[in-house]
Amino acid sequence: MLKVIWGLVAIVGAFAVGGLALHRGESINSMWIIVAAGCIYAIGYRFYSAWIAAKVLVADETRVTPAIRLDNGRDFVPTNRWIAFGHHFAAIAGPGPLVGPTLAAQFGYLPGTLWILFGAVLGGCVQDMTVLFLSTRRDGRSLGKMARDEIGAIGGYAAMFGTLMIMIILIAVLGLVVVNAMKHSPWGTSTIFATIPIAVLIGLYMRDIRPGRVLEASLLGVTLLLLAVVGGGLVDKHEVLRQFFDFDGKPLAWFVIIYGFTAAVLPVWLLLAPRDYLSTFLKLGTIALLAVAVVVMSPDLKMPAVTQFTDGSGPIFGGKLFPFVFITIACGAISGFHALVASGTTPKLIMNERDVRMIGYGSMALESAVALMAMIAVTLLDPGVYFAINAPPGVVGATAAAAVETISSWGFPVSAEQMHALAQEMGEATLFARTGGAPSLAVGMASLLSSAFGKSLMALWYHFAIMFEAVFILTTLDAGTRVGRFMVQDFLGHIWKPLGETSWYPSVLLSSALIVAGWGYFLYIGVIDPNGGINILWPLFGISNQVLAAIALSIVTGILVKQGNLRHAWVSALPLAWLAIVTTTASWQKVFSPDVRIGFLSAADQLAEKLAAGSLPAQAADVAPQLIFNQRLDAVLVVVFAVILWIVIADTVRICWRVAKGYPVLPGSEAPATAGAFEARAT
Amino acid sequence: MRNTARRVWAFIRELAADNAYERYLAHHQAAHPDMPVLGRRDFYLNEQRRKWSGIQRCC
Repeated sequence: MLKVIWGLVAIVGAFAVGGLALHRGESINSMWIIVAAGCIYAIGYRFYSAWIAAKVLVADETRVTPAIRLDNGRDFVPTNRWIAFGHHFAAIAGPGPLVGPTLAAQFGYLPGTLWILFGAVLGGCVQDMTVLFLSTRRDGRSLGKMARDEIGAIGGYAAMFGTLMIMIILIAVLGLVVVNAMKHSPWGTSTIFATIPIAVLIGLYMRDIRPGRVLEASLLGVTLLLLAVVGGGLVDKHEVLRQFFDFDGKPLAWFVIIYGFTAAVLPVWLLLAPRDYLSTFLKLGTIALLAVAVVVMSPDLKMPAVTQFTDGSGPIFGGKLFPFVFITIACGAISGFHALVASGTTPKLIMNERDVRMIGYGSMALESAVALMAMIAVTLLDPGVYFAINAPPGVVGATAAAAVETISSWGFPVSAEQMHALAQEMGEATLFARTGGAPSLAVGMASLLSSAFGKSLMALWYHFAIMFEAVFILTTLDAGTRVGRFMVQDFLGHIWKPLGETSWYPSVLLSSALIVAGWGYFLYIGVIDPNGGINILWPLFGISNQVLAAIALSIVTGILVKQGNLRHAWVSALPLAWLAIVTTTASWQKVFSPDVRIGFLSAADQLAEKLAAGSLPAQAADVAPQLIFNQRLDAVLVVVFAVILWIVIADTVRICWRVAKGYPVLPGSEAPATAGAFEARAT
Repeated sequence: MRNTARRVWAFIRELAADNAYERYLAHHQAAHPDMPVLGRRDFYLNEQRRKWSGIQRCC
């Protein structure tokens, strides 16, 4: 009977994927994606993850996990698997899976959707699950530590350095997304500003008024956030007040930079922790709301399955379908960052090794589903509207008339009146060239949510979506800056000991300033770039995230081989090989492509030539030297990422070769199994 | 019905770490009852410091 049901799931899934892939025509219903996804996740979870747990990792449910052995009532706590699943999912699901698919939709809905589905089931879920398992077997050690213990010092330091770099790029690009969402939007800006005092208020509440009462404080905070969305609307309608919140990109970038620095040096209970509680509540709530809306409404997708931009001429970012769809959608398909949470925090909660499957593989499947929802939310828009919102003025022209003409000439008709009406409906001054992904996603979410839960509130839904995205982008920004600060302090501690003390204020200020200067620089350049900056920063982020994933998969492969499991090592080696191909190709093109919309060097050279010839308008000539320097710096950065990746791969291959030859390698670092496992677990 | 509601509530509390202090007290009682115990406020502040010293959130 069960076999028949799973057979049916497989057939329905294959039918849905086939239907998706072969469909050509006006529009397709999103139910095709939902059904295909449901079947693929179910099969992947039921069969592939079970097989990996049993045969590759050899999970042993009688073995005592570190949560039980080292239980301290704080970080090592044996936790019900549903709770651990919730914590892990809340930790891995950030703004990445929302923004990536939004940008990759320029290729049409199909390429991104297929990559999200298969990349997750065969790559991302496997990475998260195997790293979680290996770290659980090693008392919750971090990825970098596991690399040093098992592969060698080189791999370990490469992993650490890679983590720091990806953090800087990640924060810069997310900061840019927020800045672009706030630009000349008094409603959005005042709402996002209001989230800061609200978080501080909740922080004080949880420390002094009702210490540690997280639930009631969060409930209060979320209510205030919703009021802030409504209040933003009132500000926007007020002739005088609205001018206080109507900013250009530059001052907003400075605001984000100063905010990030402040959040990193303030005590966590005041801003970071309460903001995180609020953003987690909003995140889980909104994702649930969106899931209901997508399933209930199952909207038609108006974007074609595949657009002409697969040839590399896309307006949102340059580059062909291969490799750039696999770079643009990192989170949602496979995200190296997850390996950092899966090693460290979550392993200390695992009550039984058999739970690793659900928590590691299952959470990532759910995150992948979130990415699909984002894909559905933006591809239900008229493609003309989608491109008008996301294409930077440098590509389509600075005026509304020029933009609609260019976009319509691509075969995606859109008119200035239509865009104006849409902007009015959303309560925005304009929706042209609102790059970064957040506004277009918010428009899509608003259409979806308002059609499911009340049509009259379109502008409220739009700004709710903006606030929702901004709140957890700013959380990632705070938390990332802080973690980056610890890394820098750790490093500086080697140079001069006092600098390594995490609570010595001069060191806190210095290291925070270094980190903020790092991402602040890229953010600022992104803001002054007439092409919007996203087209440079997002691929950079994608490459760094995929490189980190490849590093994690290398470490997993190395450990599997060392454990004598060469036969099954393809489970991680195959996605590793794919990522190595994708990131190396993308890195090569980003550095050396003669196409100025792809290659950093050729873009820098072309701009330098124009500058020398004096053919740039005065405004562009002012920023040109900075942009030229930045593109060359980006090229160096990409090379560094690629070199790090290949160093780690080479180190892993060396280990595998030594194992095959029977030469000695570093001893395994797995914590020994303790006897009496079952009794200990039962109590 | 009431039982289910209670379990759902307990689940939500644990998911949000609303019961972290009670859990700490229980652990403290069981593991080292002779040591001094932290108050609710100090425990909360300590926990936040510990929690935010590592990577807690992804992109």
